[in-house]
This record gives sequence, C-alpha cells and structure tokens, in this order.
Amino acid sequence: MLAVEDVHLRFDGVTAIDGVSFEVGPAELFAVIGPNGAGKTSVFNVISGVYRPQRGRVRFLGEDIAGRRPHRIAAMGLARTFQNVELFHNLTVLDNLMLGRHCHFRYGALAALAWLGRARREELAARARAEDIVDFLELEAWRRHPVRLLPYGIQKRVELGRALAMEPRLLLLDEPVAGMNLEETEDMARFVLDVRDELGVPMVLVDHDMGLVMDLADRVLALDFGRPVACGTPERVQGDPEVIRAYLGGEEDRS
Amino acid sequence: MTGPRTAEAATGSQGPRPAPGVPARRGKRVRRRPLLHTSYGQDMALLDTPAKRRWTLALLAVALLLPYVLVDEMLSLLATAYVAAIGAVGLNIVTGYAGQVSLGHAFFLAIGAYTAAAISGDPDGRVIGLGVTSMLVWLPAAGLAAALAGLLVAPLAVRLRGLYLAVVTLGLVFLGEHVFKEWDHLTGGPGVGRPAAVPELFGVRFDQAGPLGSREQQLYLLMLVLLAVFALGARNLARSRVGRAFAAVRDRDIAAAVMGVDLARYKALAFAISSFYAGCAGALLYTVAGFFDPGSFNLLLSVQFIAMVLIGGVATVSGAIAGALFITLLPRLTRELPALAPFISGDITRTPNVFQVETVLYGLLIIVFLVFEPRGLFGIWVRIRNYWKSWPFSY
Ligand SMILES: Nc1ncnc2c1ncn2[C@@H]1O[C@H](COP(=O)(O)OP(=O)(O)O)[C@@H](O)[C@H]1O
Ligand SMILES: [Mg+2]
Repeated sequence: MLAVEDVHLRFDGVTAIDGVSFEVGPAELFAVIGPNGAGKTSVFNVISGVYRPQRGRVRFLGEDIAGRRPHRIAAMGLARTFQNVELFHNLTVLDNLMLGRHCHFRYGALAALAWLGRARREELAARARAEDIVDFLELEAWRRHPVRLLPYGIQKRVELGRALAMEPRLLLLDEPVAGMNLEETEDMARFVLDVRDELGVPMVLVDHDMGLVMDLADRVLALDFGRPVACGTPERVQGDPEVIRAYLGGEEDRS
Repeated sequence: MTGPRTAEAATGSQGPRPAPGVPARRGKRVRRRPLLHTSYGQDMALLDTPAKRRWTLALLAVALLLPYVLVDEMLSLLATAYVAAIGAVGLNIVTGYAGQVSLGHAFFLAIGAYTAAAISGDPDGRVIGLGVTSMLVWLPAAGLAAALAGLLVAPLAVRLRGLYLAVVTLGLVFLGEHVFKEWDHLTGGPGVGRPAAVPELFGVRFDQAGPLGSREQQLYLLMLVLLAVFALGARNLARSRVGRAFAAVRDRDIAAAVMGVDLARYKALAFAISSFYAGCAGALLYTVAGFFDPGSFNLLLSVQFIAMVLIGGVATVSGAIAGALFITLLPRLTRELPALAPFISGDITRTPNVFQVETVLYGLLIIVFLVFEPRGLFGIWVRIRNYWKSWPFSY
C-alpha cells in the first residue's frame, strides 16, 4: 500500500526527518508517535507532496511519489487531515465536503458556466455522496454553516469528512484529537474505528500522546528528533526503553 | 426557523404591514416552508426559495419596463452601467472568488475593446478594420483575445501573491497604455481615438433606432440581456466544482492542493475566465458612446472596477452588479456638485473640479467600505434582510 523508504528531510540547519522507513498494509491502522518536533507532521508533508525529501523514496500503489506535486498524489487516492485545522473557512460544511470530491468530477469550466446536463448530474450525484458523509459523521446540524463559525471539535470532524469525501485509498490523520476534551476525543476515536471497520480504508494516525494510539493502532512507529526509535505492536513500543526515555526526556513528562 | 419569516417579509412588504403581533392573513394562505426541500436538485437550485424567485422576477420586470419610462440620457447611462457590471462580475471571479488581486483589469478591457473594434471596423477607414459587424463574431473574439492575454499573465499568479501580484498586474496597465497610445494605426492615437465596435445582431443595428425602439432603448435592452446571461454564467460557475476550487485556492492554497486542486491550472482558469468577461465588457463598453480613446484604459479604470467589487461585495455576483451601478451612476451625481457647491468647478482645467472629487470619492468609498462593511453593499443588504427576518425582535 504505502512504503516509506529511508527518507531524509532537512530545512536549512534543522533535520526534520533522519532516515525513516515504514510500510503500511491494506486495511491496517498504522500509528506514528513521538514528542512535539519529532518530525511526524513532516513525514505526512513528504508523503502528501507538500515537501520534497532530500533522500529516500515514498512508494504508493507501486509508484514512487516522492516530490510529486500534491494534487497528483491526491488524485491517486491519498487523503489527509492537518494538525491545525486547514478547512476552507468561508465555505459551508457541505461545500467543504463537496470540495473533497474535486478529483471525482469530470466536467469542465464550460459545462460549469452553463450548468446543464453533465455538470448538473455530477453535482447532484456528488451531493448525495456528501450527504452520506454528513450522516456518517453526524454533521446534520451544521450542513449550511460556514466552517469558521463552528466549534473546534466539529471543525476537526469536518476535516475528517472532507478527507473521506475523496474516497481515499489511504488516509493520513495528523493529530485528530489534539486539543479536544475527553468526550470529543472519544467521539473521534469512534469515527476512526468506524472508518476502518465500515469503509476498510487503511490509515496512518499521528499523535504525540500515547493514549489513543495504543487503543486503536495495529502497529506503531515511534520517532524522536526525526529518527525512528522503535516499531512494532503497541505493547512492544510502549515498553521500549528508548521510547520511554524519549518521552521522559521530552516535554511530555508532565502528562 | 427562518422559513415562515421570509414568507412574511415578502408578503408584508407588498401591502401595509399589520401591527406587530397580529398575524398577517391567517387562514387565507397555507404557510408553506420555503426552506423545506424534498430533493437535492431543489436544494441546489440558484433561486432556492419562492421569495428569491419573486424578487428576481420583479427586478427583471422593472428593468424591462425602464426603457419606456426613463429619458434617453439615463438609459445610456444604465446601458453603460450594465456593461460595467459584466466587467465587475469578471473581476470578481479572479479577485473575489479566486482571491488573486488584479489591478490589470483595464488592460484586459482594452484588449477586448480593440479586438472588437478592429474586427467590426470600416475596412476603408483610417484605422484597422475588417468590416465584420456581427456581434456573434466580434464579441466572442474579444472575449477570447482577452482570455488568451489572461492565460499569459496567469503564471505570474502562481509565483506571486497579494501585493506583489497587484503591482505586477498594475504594470500591465502602464504597458498597455503605452502601446495603445503609440499604435495609432489600431487605436487612432491619443486625443483622436477610433469608432467602437458596431453592435449588429441578425441584421439589426442596436446603435440605431430599430424594432425595439429608439437607439437608447435598443442599446439598453441589449446590454440588459447580455448582463443577465453573463451574470447567470458566473453564478453557475461559482456553485460548481470550479467555483469551489477557486474559493479553496483563496482560503487555503496548500490544503486545496492536497485535496487535489491543481493550483497553477485553477489560477490560470480564473484569470482566463475573468479576462474573458473583461474582454466582452471592453468590447461593449464604448458601443454606447460610439467612440473611444486609448487614454481611457488607465489606472483609474482599473481602480473603478476594484471599487465596484469592494463596494458591491466581494465574491457575490449581485454585489458586483450593485457596485457597478453605483460607481457608474456616481459621476452623474457629482456633475450636479458645481450647482450646489460653487467652489467645485465643472471645468477639468480648474481645481478643485468634479473629476478630482470623483477620484477622491472612489478612494474614500473603498476605505469606508473596507473598514466598516467589508462585505460591501451585499453585506448591508444581508443586514437589512436579517433585520426583517427577526422583525419585530431586532437584536
Ligand atoms: N517549514 C519548515 N521550516 C523549517 N523547519 C521546519 C518546517 N517544518 C518543520 N520544521 C522543523 O522540523 C522539525 C519537525 O517538525 P514537525 O514535523 O512539525 O514535528 P511534529 O509534527 O512531530 O511535532 C521541527 O524541529 C520543526 O521546527
Ligand atoms: Mg505535528
């Protein structure tokens, strides 16, 4: 499905990723953990084409996509969410979901101007799919609200919906429960499990906190300062002395 | 929640409003729910409530009746305003919907104006002319020529953003001004000018008295119909995948790319479509006066279009139209100033004169709207509407 091979990413002076490799199988829920600044978001940015790694390969569905432009990678079926919500703030929930389906439309600008035949048909069909996601994520009450007016927890959920609207082959979730209270966290955990069980979409989940990840993930990769520290089942990674030191030495010792 | 109130506001404004608390015409009419839609098709329609349908029809009916009520001078002015509205709707596509600030609109208007004038001009005249007067030829040609120019400019938008893009597109206007002043074989040269395109459609000359009435009545109706077509196109575009992609590029370009929107392609598309509108507007703009000068396509013209969009309301079609009407009719009001305030001169060689006052007014209006009502006239309309929706509970 996805194979990250020996990826290195440097920003002038800072090494964000230092030789990371991992593989994600079909229908797997893979997690990446590590303290803040460990390079988790950077890994996502490399996979989704926002950054080009200096070294290494990213194979997705058999093709090397490292350095490919983001919209081409998206068109192959890779969807992601962002650590800090990156929704289209002036659009409604529905329009954000509809935008997620951008790659599934076939009609062009001329058809859009006339709104006849094909454009209308495709929009109606897409709307039906968007409504499925509204149902799935229980967003009925917010449909027509511009997303900038929504509570943070709902915005996170809309972002998951927008990614699901792409009907992805692989889903990357960057800290889906960051900043959420307990109740919102449990809701989100339930949706993540639903996505895996009902839609069967493989996922890579990033979190800086171990709690959620240990409950959900099939396998876990722990990063520290851009380097892989441990990889394996949640129990094994949790007990790994290197991981414990990374967490105790980092800023996470408070929690 | 808003349903019954919308209906009430619509019926209430047609007749005397009943005293607060007294239900209007209860029992006579079943109150339907205008926001209750039973299919996605209904829900996604442009005019999705009966109130919107009624208001649009009423506005259209009034606009169609005006030529038989107003004097010729006003009709010419309104015809010009409608054409300006086509241009403003176009600018709103690239700047309002797609968020790419362009000060180069005057340049694209010029390309359309000269393409159309050259195609329809007199082949034996002193300036370039091909003698093809059919609008079916010169109008699309003008739009396409400008769209092509827009496509050539678009790569700049991929590399530059915000102010940098504004300044570079401003450069286009200076470039165009220079070229058009020098190229007098095409433009007639500054101070002389050339005849505008000939508005002829299916053998009917709209710049002469004809089947629909006088020259002014004919031009008015022609521009009204064209504006309706262009406005409808823009509304459709805005609610399509293309409009959503524009908004996504405007709001969060990285997220847009990650969702599969090709940034370079959609910025180019925004410039091309916007310039197509500008080209058509440029071609039509001077058919009312019949003549135009290469000096018209200056920075002030670009600023006027920016003002139309900002004053009318960014990223709304009806707002751009309202802004265009406002800005085009404004000079008609300032012309009256010398009578009211004698220190303002109607003579362009004196200071202060009405033209200076106009320029200052545009600037002031832009500032006032940006500071106090960033959503423009459209925002004011929404406020009024919400006031009536919650009437009599106005909080
Ligand atoms: N665009 C960037 N420019 C410079 N440095 C960056 C950039 N993005 C990330 N970094 C650096 O890379 C390191 C890893 O960051 P990040 O991937 O965001 O960590 P995490 O998501 O694990 O908290 C940090 O030291 C951060 O400062
Ligand atoms: Mg991060």
